Amino acid sequence: MTELIIASIMTMMTAATPLMFAATGELICERSGVLNLGLEGMMLIGAVFGFAAAAVTGNATLGLLVAATSGAFAALIFGILTLNLLSNQVATGLALTIFGTGLSALVGVDYVGETIDQIGSIHIPILSDIPIVGRLLFGHDPLVYLAILILLGASWFLSRSRWGMILRAVGDSDVSAHAIGYPVIAIRFAAVTFGGLMAGLGGGYLSLVYTPLWAENMTAGRGWIALALVVFASWRPARVLFGAILFGGITILQLNAQAAGLGIPAAFMSMLPYIATIVVLVLISRDAIKIRLNAPACLGRPFRAER
Amino acid sequence: MPIPDSPLLSLTGIRKVFPGCIANDAIDLDVQPGEIHALLGENGAGKSTLVKIIYGVLRPDQGDIHWNGDLVQIANPAQAREFGIGMVFQHFSLFEALTTLENVALALPREDHDKLRARLVETADAYGLALQPDRHVHELSMGERQRIEIVRCLLQDPQLLILDEPTSVLTPQETETLFETLRKLAAERRAILYISHKLEEVRSLCDKATILRNGRRVDDCIPSAETARSLAEKMIGKRVESVRKRATTQQGNIGLQVSSLTTHSHQPHGMDLSDIDFAVRGGEILGIAGIAGNGQIELMDALSGETGAPLGGTIEILGTDATHLNPNERRDLGAVFVPEERIGQAAVADMTLVENSFLTASARMKFSPNGLIDWNAVGSFADNIVRDFDVRTTGVSALASSLSGGNLQKFIVGREMLQEPQLLIVSQPTWGVDAGAAAAIHEEIQRLVSAGAAVLVISQDLDEIFLLSDRIAVISQGTLSSATPANDVTPEDIGLLMGVRHTQQEKTKYAAA
Repeated sequence: MTELIIASIMTMMTAATPLMFAATGELICERSGVLNLGLEGMMLIGAVFGFAAAAVTGNATLGLLVAATSGAFAALIFGILTLNLLSNQVATGLALTIFGTGLSALVGVDYVGETIDQIGSIHIPILSDIPIVGRLLFGHDPLVYLAILILLGASWFLSRSRWGMILRAVGDSDVSAHAIGYPVIAIRFAAVTFGGLMAGLGGGYLSLVYTPLWAENMTAGRGWIALALVVFASWRPARVLFGAILFGGITILQLNAQAAGLGIPAAFMSMLPYIATIVVLVLISRDAIKIRLNAPACLGRPFRAER
Repeated sequence: MPIPDSPLLSLTGIRKVFPGCIANDAIDLDVQPGEIHALLGENGAGKSTLVKIIYGVLRPDQGDIHWNGDLVQIANPAQAREFGIGMVFQHFSLFEALTTLENVALALPREDHDKLRARLVETADAYGLALQPDRHVHELSMGERQRIEIVRCLLQDPQLLILDEPTSVLTPQETETLFETLRKLAAERRAILYISHKLEEVRSLCDKATILRNGRRVDDCIPSAETARSLAEKMIGKRVESVRKRATTQQGNIGLQVSSLTTHSHQPHGMDLSDIDFAVRGGEILGIAGIAGNGQIELMDALSGETGAPLGGTIEILGTDATHLNPNERRDLGAVFVPEERIGQAAVADMTLVENSFLTASARMKFSPNGLIDWNAVGSFADNIVRDFDVRTTGVSALASSLSGGNLQKFIVGREMLQEPQLLIVSQPTWGVDAGAAAAIHEEIQRLVSAGAAVLVISQDLDEIFLLSDRIAVISQGTLSSATPANDVTPEDIGLLMGVRHTQQEKTKYAAA
């Protein structure tokens, strides 16, 4: 029984990790005032290119780097369209998702069913060997720790660093930031690119560590859940950690419940994480004012500098 | 220390063209150290464009800028600040979700927050500008926000401070405090460039004035040697016919009766209304004064029915309970509304004037009797508005967004008035409207009242309130003072009512006195 609980908690963390990556990136992006709905597409692009790189070179770490870079490239396209050419952020984001789904399916055709060497869990002598606690704290794969570190880093960046303050300022009032003399577009570009980098990494984690294999549309809506997580966390990184573990937990719970043969249809159980997303969104959106207070005031609004 | 006779800032031949308009043309301007220099002009005269050029937000197409005698290019605001130019914007360049301290830090070079906090408090106290460093801006009043902007400038130790329409959001008392600060700064030989269209203020504060009209400099003068009237004529370029105050007419039946109105604001940073009571009779204008953000928007929305039924209280329009009616049902009773936001609330930017006419007038004017729109009738209605209210437009099929602010406002006011209402509720009737159009709108409102309608005017502009109103009430922090006859109060009395909550007891006491 203890073994089962430990195993569940371990898998819960791995289920939460791609969400943490993607949601942290999106959170930084949205804090700068840009709404990128292309998260799902960027994750898929990261997943397929990362997997392809790992399959070709046999190096999973390189695969992760390629995953992050390809996600960032997808975000750059989004940035050029929305920030330079002032296209509608919602429409462009949706297009990016559709584009990413198609592109990843095309690139991934040859890799369906292939396997690669997985990035294993870390093992720290003595520490990892402590009963129960040892594995729970020191027995995950390195990316779990990386995701948590990046999350904490984002939290520190936003609340403590000067550039974090500038980023928040740009998201709160682009016009004011411009009037004071900050390069609004450049700052948003950096934020969008970081968002893509993290989404790509999240996608890469799925195809290289979590499964590890490539299957068409393998993100299965995790990009959307990560988007919802940002709202759920009311744009605060620390709450993303909590939310990601919660959603990871629900995902694992439904898997375990299916395995235990509870007699509930499998299709219903797999709906659970998505139903949970909707329920949580409805619950926290009840207070419209609170949402609007927390949300970056310029979210989704194009900015054109007068010169 | 600069030589007294050499100007601190000197502009020659400044020209700036935007698509479709010449904002500045051949403008010369000299500002001496220690001088409070006014930049006067109507809306759209090019004042804001000119100061944005000085502050490096905009680049001039032509012309030279000399700073302390040297020819300079000001590429961006950061560079302007390095020179020693500080600016307080008309629409504040503050971040509502950040604290006062963070807002100040953003405009300064990197500095330890604890040291900055100490400097901020010290500077604020030295000039009598009370500030709390750790409060979020969205919690603060307009006056407090402006203090942040000013202190933010002062921390940069500027030699030239630019203020763009600084008093438009201040009470008379706050304005006096600001003037004291500015005089103190001028005594330290800092120059101040003061933009305003409030002539009395300029006369009492400024040493010199440069007047702009249609993007050109038309005159320089010593404001204290002029009258408000002569300044106005220089600004507008023609004789000013001042609107005469109408004699109070015979009062009719109650047009609008509001009792214990209480609402919960739907806006973030909004103001809840609590226990608002007032009545407006036919043939009278009730003016509601107050500083922006004290519940005016919420009151307007509650009266027009836009935000649905209030939490508590009743609204009676022409004797009928309208508390639970929607806007069109209220229009059917005889009411019309002119909200504060021209684009997005009163008019749809991407619709033609004809379509915009249909939007609010269809209920009262019966433009779609069988469910189909009678476009001929709407068209001739729109034609009438354009003709009767002198709306300058290429035609009624022009988009609302193509009209200037003043012309669109005339159109909107006209659209409501031509529906022959018995109750007009109007918020900020002349906000951002030039003097000529404002006078026309004021005259039309007076005419409507003389014909027996009841009118409620909500405005931040005290001059407007006093010009129009028979009785005046003050809205403050979501509460309303009791209304007093306009002849019995001065602007200073009204100013004193602006910062306080109006409780029931106080109202009763006031009524008894």
